[in-house]
Amino acid sequence: MNERPITEDDINGFVDRRLDARREAEVAAYLESHRDVAQRVAGYREQRDMLRDAFAPIADEPAPAQLDLARMIEARNRRGFASHWAMAAAAAVLLCVGGTSGWLMRSATQAPLTGVAALAQEAADNYTVYAPDDVRPVEIRAADRNELLDWVSQRLGRQVAVPDLTGSGYRFMGGRVVATAHGPAAIFMYGNDRGTRLVMLVRPMDTEQNLPMSPFPRGRLNDYSWADKGLGYSFVGDINPDQLRSMAEQVSQQISSST
Amino acid sequence: MTSDMVRLIKPLIPALRGYARALLGDRAAADDLVQDCLERVISHWHQRRADGDTRAWIFAILHNLAMTHLQRRANSPLHIAVEDAQESVLSVPPSQEDRLRYWDLLAALSQLPEEQRAVLLLVSVEDLSYAETAKILGVPVGTVMSRLSRARERLLNITSGQVQTGSTASPNLRRVK
Repeated sequence: MNERPITEDDINGFVDRRLDARREAEVAAYLESHRDVAQRVAGYREQRDMLRDAFAPIADEPAPAQLDLARMIEARNRRGFASHWAMAAAAAVLLCVGGTSGWLMRSATQAPLTGVAALAQEAADNYTVYAPDDVRPVEIRAADRNELLDWVSQRLGRQVAVPDLTGSGYRFMGGRVVATAHGPAAIFMYGNDRGTRLVMLVRPMDTEQNLPMSPFPRGRLNDYSWADKGLGYSFVGDINPDQLRSMAEQVSQQISSST
Repeated sequence: MTSDMVRLIKPLIPALRGYARALLGDRAAADDLVQDCLERVISHWHQRRADGDTRAWIFAILHNLAMTHLQRRANSPLHIAVEDAQESVLSVPPSQEDRLRYWDLLAALSQLPEEQRAVLLLVSVEDLSYAETAKILGVPVGTVMSRLSRARERLLNITSGQVQTGSTASPNLRRVK
């Protein structure tokens, strides 16, 4: 007998009717000669059918008004329009009074950051927390790259590629999912032989799909941020801006050629 | 884009309501959760993957909201026992010849650990593939398979009146990764 042994996974596949015809026949033959397992499988199938029956009537229930999809979409669009309009109006007012009340403009420019400026801020904050961490700079290491990418794509709702910087002497160390004011983001960390670390932050953008690369220096840190096909990227490190920029451009090229 | 959204999301609403109800054991709270989920789906519509994974994506959002809700509820002193709310959760049609067996099964379902219940519902009731279920729950497929096995076995043990013990006495087959 050179047949593959029947496993618990086959049993479940059989119950859910998800085996290919050949395997299904093999399991059926196995059940013929194993009454105890066959009884259990019959119980599972009955259980499954009853569960489906129990949930089926929900499809016939009238959906409550709170779940009226068309209305929800309309409300959402209206809200979006209203807030744009309000922002434009506020900007017009500030422009009028700006000449005499400089401090008003100042508070306006300190409003929550948006676009790539927000990305740069988030990347810098995460760099400051995680890059100096000697215990656990990354949560999932480069060796478990697939696990990391599964996690990241699950939380970001998008597939993300890991750029390769070995040509510049930086190896990929791993990464983690982090919190930002704009939802979950992923950070990927790179390190060179001298212990210098770089961080790339990536997250979906709210509105802007594509934005050109711009520098955002902050103290000792340099940063280049951009958006490409709805994902925002920010590349940050404590190295000189020219060197960082050339690597950011490599990263950007790798990303746009991989998607 | 709006008609696209309606076309893709609307047929899923009964399934989303059922899943939320089964996890929360409370009809009104479940519909509130689905509303919350739909609002997120609408506002993040442009972020979904273009590979036709919309159903799994929406279930993942709902599942995560449900887990947050259950965690919060577990921490609050006003926790209503799931059994008390059972009567209102699912309406088994009166024509069902065997209503009691349905109640037994649903009561047993509410006794499963959340992680097992979630897998069983997504696979058995919502017809999601093992891989999609793994994505929704953020666990490897192997974990989905072992939770599914445990859920089915436990449910069967409870409904057939067997006493639940730590180690399983039933003739389980070997699991192969």
